[in-house]
Amino acid sequence: MSDTITEKIVSAENPSLEAPSDWQPVIIGILCNWCSYAGSDLTGTSRLQYPPNIRIIRVPCSSRVDPWFIIKSLQTSADGVLISGCHPGDCHYIAGNYYARRRFLVTKELLKFVGYHENRVQFSWVSAAEGPKFAKVVAKVTEDVKKLGPLHKYRKEDLL
Amino acid sequence: MARVGVFVCFCGANIADFVDVNEVVEETKKIKDVKFAINYKYMCSDPGQGLIKQAIIENKLTSVVVAACSPRMHEKTFRRAISEAGLNPFLLEIANIREHSSWVHQKDKKSATAKSCDLVRMAVAKSIANEQLHEISVPVTKRALVIGGGIAGIQAALDIADAHIPVVLVEKSPSIGGRMAQLDETFPTLDCSQCILTPRMVDVATHPYIELIPYSEVIGLDGYVGNYKVQIKKKASYVNFSSCTGCGACSQKCPVKVPNEFNLGHDKRKAIYSPFPQAVPNKPVIDAEHCLMLTKGKCGICKKTCEKGSIDYDMKDEIIEREVGAVVVATGYELYDASPYEEYGVGRFKDVISSLEFERMVSASGPTNGTPIRPSDGEIPKNVVFIKCVGSRDEAKGIEYCSKICCMYTAKHAMLLHHKVHDSHAFIFYMDIRAAGKGYEEFVKRAQVETAATYLRGRVSKIYQKGKKLIVRGEDAQIGQIVEVEADLVVLATAVMAQKDNPDLARRLGISYDKYGFLSEAHPKLRPVETSKAGIFLAGCTQAPKDIPDTVSQASACAAKVCGLFASDTMKKDPMISHIVQENCTGCQNCIRVCPYTAIVTEEIPIAPRSTEMRTVAKVNEGVCQGCGSCVAVCRSFAATLSGFTDKQIINEILAI
Repeated sequence: MSDTITEKIVSAENPSLEAPSDWQPVIIGILCNWCSYAGSDLTGTSRLQYPPNIRIIRVPCSSRVDPWFIIKSLQTSADGVLISGCHPGDCHYIAGNYYARRRFLVTKELLKFVGYHENRVQFSWVSAAEGPKFAKVVAKVTEDVKKLGPLHKYRKEDLL
Repeated sequence: MARVGVFVCFCGANIADFVDVNEVVEETKKIKDVKFAINYKYMCSDPGQGLIKQAIIENKLTSVVVAACSPRMHEKTFRRAISEAGLNPFLLEIANIREHSSWVHQKDKKSATAKSCDLVRMAVAKSIANEQLHEISVPVTKRALVIGGGIAGIQAALDIADAHIPVVLVEKSPSIGGRMAQLDETFPTLDCSQCILTPRMVDVATHPYIELIPYSEVIGLDGYVGNYKVQIKKKASYVNFSSCTGCGACSQKCPVKVPNEFNLGHDKRKAIYSPFPQAVPNKPVIDAEHCLMLTKGKCGICKKTCEKGSIDYDMKDEIIEREVGAVVVATGYELYDASPYEEYGVGRFKDVISSLEFERMVSASGPTNGTPIRPSDGEIPKNVVFIKCVGSRDEAKGIEYCSKICCMYTAKHAMLLHHKVHDSHAFIFYMDIRAAGKGYEEFVKRAQVETAATYLRGRVSKIYQKGKKLIVRGEDAQIGQIVEVEADLVVLATAVMAQKDNPDLARRLGISYDKYGFLSEAHPKLRPVETSKAGIFLAGCTQAPKDIPDTVSQASACAAKVCGLFASDTMKKDPMISHIVQENCTGCQNCIRVCPYTAIVTEEIPIAPRSTEMRTVAKVNEGVCQGCGSCVAVCRSFAATLSGFTDKQIINEILAI
């Protein structure tokens, strides 16, 4: 999808709804148990600091993540979603993250098509040893979503 | 109607200092289904657990949320606690307010508190959808696989086999023995490595419960704890081990000479060879890269020499399979290649050698029969400089860790040098002397006194040649001056590194490894021999650098774990696995295509009760399913569900934010 088209879609995210000055985005993070969740634990054990916007949900494998969860998150409370799993090739369940990777590519295209900015939903691979990387990823996602402002698209409260 | 109890932990100051635990309790009490909420200093302690149990009984709780550390830490502890109060253990949820909140938002108590409240809300919402689950029993194959035949693998194999449990020991090289077989004398007692190792090697070969498979590699592992299937590639040795007597006539007659890896190239071996005289099994293998018959098709001397007719040039790699219930990984280490240290002239100066090369030289079975020499001219060195921490503790070289053994073996080398060449003098450049271990500090002191070695605290900046000598320029930080030492020989204590193929092996086994390639244990303190995959254990330097006593201890610990696992005929399996609700299943078989374990099969069921017409649906094999949930995400008809992580539970969490 070319940049201009993406931009048009972004502008469809009703800019007339201004963000309050103290607005903080809500990010939902869905992490696989064996790599990214363990990595996020290591971030904690290492006392590395990151923005407090993320709410983490644990799933066994990134392949457990149904695109429905992402859509439901965006529809209800989240301004952004982060999905993170084991590095490709390192899946605890042999190949789960390969399925996840393919599914995310398609999901991302779908979300762009219906008008979500691509930075709203991000995917990363964080291993159990990558505490610092997890902190960086969360900081980046939070920063990206902050720039985009509050999400109003397809929100129940805004549709009513 | 759900009745949830919430228990917020202070974790001493770990949580309470950065999260307002009282506010978390107050906020929690506002949640509709929460009937009880309290905080306490240490929920995991005995009184903390007692508090939970009492509250469950008094308040007739239907599920429990503990807001504390990561579920990876104490989920089991609290599951057990609630089951002791009569609640199904899987009705527990943990809100991770330590690793995910108090520790990562230490400068913002308000946000950390708000986030903690959210995390508790999510856990409460999830717990309402939790179902009672029951552990599954699966049969156990009581046979263990040990990968690697160094001292770690040998010890683990012997300990397991002594408990009358069959062991399959797979070794990559033609003989077991590993690195320890290359060592001369070992610290801190200076007992000869061969003398303590070789009897154990023989024990392995003759043990009725050990199947030794040398010159082989593990190429695949399927299955799950208690029921693994392992594929082993037996590399073509071109020698029929069953008829070979190990007489050695073939090696004597072989005309090809190649550098001997066992002695790090300081002497030659033949193309048909046994790595060292005490090898177990003592059968030669043909090095296909150098054998004239296999490369050029002419020679055949070994075949003519062999009276038993054991040579078979047409032998091919063979793949065999074994069923095992547990795996011990003991693949050992390799040494850092010091060539990035250009300032030390590695590769340029023949007389700059690695510590393992020095070890082979001073070994009675080594290339020089125990006399240290200068590789350049064969003369006996008088002034020997030892440089420690070559690679280790050098962030610029990407190795931040301490290799642990170098301080000790360098002290040992100083002693061995002194024993072999009485008028020699050792100069040791070091960063710190790390001699923690039983008898270690005493050993270093003894080496310093007996050999009068000069210990220089500082790094070496340059080595250059001056005539026959090597000039070692370094800093003596204790006097704050640059010093230069005229050396005949320089020995580099190179870093202990993870085996290069560890990441590949880890992928094949489905376990994790750290940034250096060392295999990761499940918990650095409390589960140091387990991996993240049940039934796979780690022994020795494959996990981190360690010395022989630590390696042997860890190997025995692995054996204890394996024996514990095999103590009963069946084993309990986590019930967090997938199920197919067959009424909803349309038989599209998407789940079968994505299942990494082929745990889902098809089944024919009547289209309606009492109907004779059949339809195809999917069915999960409970013993094989590992609970990844791939099938659930691809199921179009909501027929697949994953216990413990159902759609309802996860959506509940999302809606609670």
